[in-house]
This record gives sequence, C-alpha cells and structure tokens, in this order.
Amino acid sequence: MRKTILSAAFGVAAVGLAVSGASAATLDDVKAKGFVQCGVSQGLPGFSNPDEAGNWTGLDVDLCRGVAAAVFGDATAVKYTPLSAKERFTALQSGEVDILSRNTTWTATRDTTLGLNFAGVNYYDGQGFMVRSDLNVKSALELSGASVCTNTGTTTELNVADYFRANKLEYEIVAFEKADEVVAAYDAGRCDVYTTDQSGLYAQRLKLTNPGEHVVLPEIISKEPLGPVVRQGDDQWFNLVKWTHFAMVNAEELGITSANADEMKGGDNPAVKRVLGTEGAYGEALGVSNDWAYNIIKQVGNYAETFDRNVGPDTPLQISRGVNALWSQGGLQYAPPIR
Amino acid sequence: MAIAESHVEREKPKVRLLNDPKFRAMIFQALLVAMIIWVVWGMVSNAANNLQKAGIASGFGFLSESAGFGLNFSPFVEFEEVSNYFTVYKVGLQNTLILAVLGVFFATILGFVVGVARLSTNWVIAKMAYIYVEVLRNIPLLLQIFIWYKGVLATLPAKRDSLDWGVFGQINAAGLFAPKPIFAAGAMSIVWALLAAIVITFFVNRWSTKRQMETGQRFPVFLTGLGLILGFPLLAYLIAGQPISLEYPVQGNFGPAGGMQIIPEFIALLLALSTYTAAFIAEIVRAGILAVDRGQTEASYALGLRPGQTLRLNVIPQAMRVIIPPLTSQYLNLTKNSSLAVAIAYPDLTAVFAGTALNQTGQAVEILLMTMLTYLVISLLTSMFMNWYNAKMSLVER
Repeated sequence: MRKTILSAAFGVAAVGLAVSGASAATLDDVKAKGFVQCGVSQGLPGFSNPDEAGNWTGLDVDLCRGVAAAVFGDATAVKYTPLSAKERFTALQSGEVDILSRNTTWTATRDTTLGLNFAGVNYYDGQGFMVRSDLNVKSALELSGASVCTNTGTTTELNVADYFRANKLEYEIVAFEKADEVVAAYDAGRCDVYTTDQSGLYAQRLKLTNPGEHVVLPEIISKEPLGPVVRQGDDQWFNLVKWTHFAMVNAEELGITSANADEMKGGDNPAVKRVLGTEGAYGEALGVSNDWAYNIIKQVGNYAETFDRNVGPDTPLQISRGVNALWSQGGLQYAPPIR
Repeated sequence: MAIAESHVEREKPKVRLLNDPKFRAMIFQALLVAMIIWVVWGMVSNAANNLQKAGIASGFGFLSESAGFGLNFSPFVEFEEVSNYFTVYKVGLQNTLILAVLGVFFATILGFVVGVARLSTNWVIAKMAYIYVEVLRNIPLLLQIFIWYKGVLATLPAKRDSLDWGVFGQINAAGLFAPKPIFAAGAMSIVWALLAAIVITFFVNRWSTKRQMETGQRFPVFLTGLGLILGFPLLAYLIAGQPISLEYPVQGNFGPAGGMQIIPEFIALLLALSTYTAAFIAEIVRAGILAVDRGQTEASYALGLRPGQTLRLNVIPQAMRVIIPPLTSQYLNLTKNSSLAVAIAYPDLTAVFAGTALNQTGQAVEILLMTMLTYLVISLLTSMFMNWYNAKMSLVER
C-alpha cells in the first residue's frame, strides 16, 4: 500500500513523465481495453492525416489498423493520439500509446538509450530540401546564407547541421515544435528553405498557398528509415507489431490482396495457406488467433495496396515505389518468410 | 513584573520529558522532516529504478556530449554544432535572461508612464491609458505573442524585398538586419570613460546635495551628469582613434547577409511580454500613487514645489513603498512567462534545453529538474534583490 501511494505521488510529481516500468504485457492490456492506442503525427498527408470525415488515414495509420486487425479481427479498434516530434518518445515510454507509428527515423541512439525498440521499416526515406522556384536554386550546395525551417527534436535538425557544416555553408536554423508551424513560417517567408524527409516535403507542399511555386531539390542528405516503435522489454508485443508489417509485405510478394484473400484461402499454395492461417498455428505463437494475417490483408490490404492508396502515384503525393519496392523488384522491402 | 517572570522561570514544574510541550513539538517537527526526506528519497529511487528497468539512460553524463544541432540566436555565448549540451543549457539560459532583463526594463518604463497617464487630468490621455490597460491585460499573453509574430512581423516583405531603414539596417520577415558594431583595439577605453563619468556624476550629486542643505543653492546636477556621461565616452572614442566601426548588412543570395540579425521571434516576444506586463504595472503604479494621501500633495504645493517636482520628490518616493512588493511578482511573472517562447521557436531555456535537448537525449527527468531549478533560482534571486530594494525604500523610523 505504501509503495503504491509512493509511486502515485511520484507519478504526479515526476514532471509529467509517469514511468510505468511494471506493465510489460502490452498485448494483455490491449485485449483488456479493447483497442490499440496508436501514436501518430499531428497531420502529415499520406502517412497519418485525418480525412474530411475525421478518420485517420495513411501508411503509418494502416500499420496500426493492421495490428488491431491481428489482435481483434477488427481494423477499426484503434484510437489515435496525435503527437508532436518532441512529445512522441515520452508518450510511448510512459505508456500513453501502445505503438508509435509516426514517420519516426530508426537511429542507434533512439534504439539504445530511450528504452524503445524499432519493429521494422515501413518506409525508406531520406532528407531533402524544398525552396521557392523563383530563387532559381538548382542544388542544395547553393544554399549558403539561407534560413532553414525545420522541426525541433528530429533527426532532420541534426542532419541539416551536419550537411551545412560538412559543406562549409552558412545557414540560420529556425526550429519549430509543430510541423504545421514550420509550414506556416516557410509559407510566410520566414525561411528560404524547408527541410524534412523527402516524402514529408511532398506531403507538406500540398498545404502551401501556392504548391506550384516550390521545388524539391534533388539532393538526399541522409538515410531515414521510418518505422513503428514499441517499448523495450515486451517481446510479445514487439513480435506482433514486427510481424504485422512482415505479413503485409509477404502478402504482396505472394500476390494476396484484400480482394482475393478469401479466394486464395481455398487454394493449394502452402506458403499462402501458412500466411492465411489455414495451415500451421503461427497466430497462436504470436498470442493472437491463427487467421491474424488474413484479417490484416482482408481489412487493411497488403503493403502495395496501402502504399498505392496513401502515397502512391495516383495520390496527390505521387511518390513512386523506388527503394520501397519489393526486394524481388529491386527495392528494399523484404520480409522473413512465415513458416 | 520582572520579578514575577524570573520567579516563574525558577519554579519550572518538573514534568516528564514526554509531556513537555517543547520536547513534543520538536519530536513532531523531526518526524515531519524525516517523512519528507523519506518521500523524496522514495520518489528519486523509484524513478531511478523504473528508468533503469525501462532501459532509459539516466545521469548527467549527457551534458558533455556534443549536441549536433544548430541554434540561430546566441549573442554572447559561443555556440557551434559541436558544442556540448551544457553549452546548449548556457545558450538557453542566456536567451531567457536577455528576454527577461529587457522585458522588465521596458515593462517598467511603459508601466510607469501609463500608470501616471491613467491619473492625468487630461481626459484624452487618461482614457487612452485606461483603454490600453483594459485591452492588454484581458487578452491571453500567448495570443498577444501570436498577434505580434504572425499578425505583424510575418506580414513584412520577404527577405529579398527587405525594407531599407537606413542607419537601422534592413527589416524583413526574417527579422531586423541591423549594423553590427565591430570593436577594434582601444574600444575598452570608451567603457572606462563611461565608468569614470558615472563615478564623477555620483560624487557631483553628493556634493550638490550637501551644498543645497547648507546654503540652499542648487546645482544643475542632471545636465552636468548628462554632459559627463555623453561627453567622456565621446572624447575617449575620438582620442582612441575611432575604434568602433559599423558593419552594415550586404545583399547576399537570399537577401541581407552579415550585420547583426535580430530574429523576429525575439522582437515579437519582447514586444508582447513588455506591453502585457506594463498593463499590470500601470495598475500597480496607479494604486501606489492613489495610496499617498492627498494632503501630501497639498503640503508640497503649499511649500511652493511645482507639480512635476511634487510628483518626483514627494509622491513617487512614498508610492514606491506600496508599489515594490506587487511589482516584484510582476517581474517574476514576466520571467516565467518568457517560457512561452517555445510557441514561436525562440531558443530560450524551455525551448532549446527542455525541448530540443530533451528530445535528442531522451533524459526527461534530469533535464526538467535542471530547468525547473534554474527558473527557481532566477525567481528567488529576483525576489531577494527586490526585497533588499524594498527594505531600502521603506519608511525609516527614527
């Protein structure tokens, strides 16, 4: 009793960071409360952004929906917490969210010192620059003397410092807390350059007053593998999130889509049967039902489907698969087999 | 009386230690202190335990690691991307203090002017001061910061179409690009000349007060002092061969470059903080002046003092006793409100240390503790100074 009062007192006192080291079994907690609490961005088109009806959509959102489909057989059993770049890790550490699926770059520091684990890469990105086209800048190396707007607390902020220093370019950094503030400041002319992950540049450009007056420069100055993050020390939950992504990539490779999943369930291909749960007990080993992957594919779709729906060539973002194509098609998306 | 007291002391009743009220009180005090220590220790060890269990790094080792990010405003502290996190802390503290000191300075001047104007017999001036106070103090500060930043400064032209302000430099959406003073060798002599002028003025003032006391003759101290304080440094500047030059911003690829850039975030915050706090100070000043009895003014007039002298020599010194204590809390408010800088990307202590550094290192407990402690120390020092000043100004009873 004393102990609980103490920890409660600490929870209140410890400056908003209630470190709950105790609850390790996230999957049990999630099952008990009936939904997955998913940390997303505060609005990044294509990755996590609310649509006109207020429903969250995007590549990162689809991963959370996939996890919910695997756990509950219902992709809608997700609640979303919009987080700023600055808040995101504390929110995950403190147990406010179960997954952080928020275009977050996997780095050594984050993986080792924050008490977190990266459960894979659902989008391979790199940092780029956007400028007004009337500046006639053709390369990032011409940016000496520019003011650069970015988000505080991001790898972007570190990369841009490295890049400008390495190339001996003068610059002024203006770092805002919210992505929307960065876009507004860039739009108002506070900065000459906007830098973030290249996918983000395409997405945020849609929010500018005149998107056509801005160009994305060709240079990519960093590796930004973006992926879902979970708390360290809960391997069961870590596995489930990791394999949700893998299931979607495997499904694309095997040609299983949300449209033909039912049909293929009755087929003969053993690899397909293992994915769809008609052979083996891979779901049980993960702590969920055996038709977990079937639910993901049926309700959310395979990796290609979610990519094309959210960021692909037919969306306003118009991003081609590029390095995010399957390994068999010259890309980097590769999933270990389900067997 | 004295006899009775000593009698009681000698006849102290013999009670058991446990029933002695003094001893009991001490026991309870000690118990309370022990409990507080126990609770605090419990919190700390609990936090340390849980942080370790969750695999989160802890300790203050991060302070010597290099930060790796850039900052756009650090007038005095040297900062580069390779500087360590402790330097980040120093930059943040510096930026908070610059904002707080300048904010207090301008808020006090503006507050006194508005407060006195509020009591003016001129109807227009009094009403304008009244409207100023009521509007400014009833709109949330954060909103006022946004109005200055997004409504006023962001509407300035883009960098390449800067407005030219002549000797003040150029202004645009990225701030004021002012000429930067370059100090050559011999520039220190100007500072020494200024100090010498201040010291001489101080002694002239003492001498003139003494002379007035003795002979009744007055000496123009203000004009003499002004002449000394302006003249001495100017003389030194000319003798030392004009060691200060101005570096004007030049036209670069992206608008003005070089010179001294004063970022719009700083200007917006300074404007918002000082105008907002000035509204409160104005009310405190008005209350202080009204607290001085009307008889004081009448007596002063009867002695033949002019209205300006009455205000300066009689009313304000007495009003200060009422003004200083609430003024202190306004200064503290301004300092703490400066942490709203985080809303518009001004790199103050909260934004840059409790924000960026926290996020890059993930060590929330250590960084927030350091930040809170820093604000606490700043506030306590301000309070101490104001209490000292209050004691100096208070009624001397003879």
